[in-house]
Amino acid sequence: MITIKDLHKSYTMGANSLHVLKGINFSVDEGELVSIMGSSGSGKSTLLNILGMLDEADEGSYTLDGTPIKNLNEKIAARYRNKFLGFIFQSFNLINYKSALDNVSMPLYYQGIKRGERMDRAMAYLEKVGLANWAHHMPNELSGGQKQRVAIARALASDPKVLLADEPTGALDTKTSYEVMELIQGINDEGKTILVVTHEEDIAHMTKRIVNLKDGLIIDDTRINQVRAAAHV
Amino acid sequence: MFSLERWQEIFETISKNKLRTFLTGLSVASGIFILVILLGLGQGMQNGISHEFEQDAANRISIYTGVTSKEYKGLNPGRFVEMTNEDYEYLIAKYQDDLEFKSAVYRIWNGILTYQNESGSYRVEGVFPDYQFLENEDMVEGRYINYSDQQEKTKVVVIGNKVKQDLFGKESALGKLIQVNGINFKIVGIYTDPGGEREETRVFVPISTAQRVFGGGDKVRSLGFTLKPKEKFDATLAQSVKFSNEVEAFLKERHLVAPDDTSAVNINNTLEDAKRFYDLIGMIKMFFWFVGICTIIAGVVGVSNIMLIIVKERTKEIGIRKALGAEPWSIIGMILHESIFVTAIAGFTGLLFSMGLLELIGPGLQMDYIRNPTVNFNVAITTVFILVIAGALAGFVPAWRAARIKPIVALREE
Repeated sequence: MITIKDLHKSYTMGANSLHVLKGINFSVDEGELVSIMGSSGSGKSTLLNILGMLDEADEGSYTLDGTPIKNLNEKIAARYRNKFLGFIFQSFNLINYKSALDNVSMPLYYQGIKRGERMDRAMAYLEKVGLANWAHHMPNELSGGQKQRVAIARALASDPKVLLADEPTGALDTKTSYEVMELIQGINDEGKTILVVTHEEDIAHMTKRIVNLKDGLIIDDTRINQVRAAAHV
Repeated sequence: MFSLERWQEIFETISKNKLRTFLTGLSVASGIFILVILLGLGQGMQNGISHEFEQDAANRISIYTGVTSKEYKGLNPGRFVEMTNEDYEYLIAKYQDDLEFKSAVYRIWNGILTYQNESGSYRVEGVFPDYQFLENEDMVEGRYINYSDQQEKTKVVVIGNKVKQDLFGKESALGKLIQVNGINFKIVGIYTDPGGEREETRVFVPISTAQRVFGGGDKVRSLGFTLKPKEKFDATLAQSVKFSNEVEAFLKERHLVAPDDTSAVNINNTLEDAKRFYDLIGMIKMFFWFVGICTIIAGVVGVSNIMLIIVKERTKEIGIRKALGAEPWSIIGMILHESIFVTAIAGFTGLLFSMGLLELIGPGLQMDYIRNPTVNFNVAITTVFILVIAGALAGFVPAWRAARIKPIVALREE
């Protein structure tokens, strides 16, 4: 599903150049649930941003579902993001003046789907994350866990190939974190490929594979026995 | 631009951000409002001043005499200069090709009009038939003084509408006999004057009758002329000024008045005055336009300012939208569409209110020099469009920049 070869990325900060990714080789198959770990500054967020086409690599190749991701202009990047990817952010990033339902239907709007169908589909995903009763609430009326569920529903709405989650539990307490992870595991069980960036060991162990990053290189890549979040809830 | 989905999205955004929308709209609406009111006032002033000139023919040249102020050719100052029929006849013969309307006026001082028990003091003037056009008078009933009255020195009188109301009330006046300083005259006509009541308190008799009956001899109090208009206003004005100067020189020479004596022969050229007033109105209107355009510019600056703030405020939202697959043009389109929609609605609201105000108080406004302020609807509509387009242009730069922001940067924004 995802193939990355020899990926490099540097940032220029004034006179200094900061080499963040120093040749990443990495691939993910369909249906995997992978966590990317590392301390801050290890380059994990940069890697995720490149995978998410929110940022561009300096060198190396990136293939997503057989499509080479290169020479992207804004327009094509936007289209690919919409078609291939669903994002889950640490700070949820819901649009605060739109209801939960409208937030979930947003990716469908950019796919050009008519309003009626948009609302039906968005509602189905909200049901899936257990928030059908909260469909018409504004984000500021929801708890953190609920917001993240709405964000997950939104990420799923466009039926993407890959879900990218950047510290999805970073802003949540342990109990809520496990509930969110349970949801993510459930989605993975249905066959969705999911990448989770985290620095929390317990969250990482709820995935099926841990990739450890240090100073811009993968130092460890192991498949693990998944810990089911349901057991901890 | 016309997709229903986009409209739904925009209405949703607008309805959830009422204050922001209201403030944007307010600056636009007030800009248009002020502009339209100013333009209306400008037009009102023009109407008012035009109206002041309507009481007489717009190109009338009046000549009247007074007392000399300078010693000349052995004659002492303080001598009253009086024109005669001869002066008048000489002038109309000399300028017969140029003159349109012409009349000499013999004025009877302290004219008392009496009808049965009613009487009053009015201005009584002996005039030629053309005088009707010099005074811009319309007949309500009957006729004006005519050529045969003039020839036969008949005792007929034309009275103003106000005079008729004073002396006759609701009674019919036409054909009745009225005493002018004790002498019976027959009323042949009643006139109205755009100058209003003050101009309608006069009565006119044939000048030949007046001179004979009231002992005027061949004396003439004043002369009134209009010249045939030329195709171009400037040529008309030049001819009119030349005529005034020539007549003045002729009369001064004939009546032995010093050429630089300013009080003995007076010439009042309406056209020259009118030109001065119209130039002034032109200046005032230009000033109003200037102020109005500055207001519009302020409005545009206001709109672009608000657009900048909106884009800044929505940076994160834009980042989210881009992460979810919004293309740059759809972001630009969304922001511009919203701003155009809001400015257009606000612009038309301002237009509606200001035109409504002008309609409401305009016709009732009875001030000197301001009359029926109106505004050309096309001009007003055009300014609204200019404002909308300018607002869109002003909004384009921030929108374009917003669309260029990398989603990752926008998402970091708090």
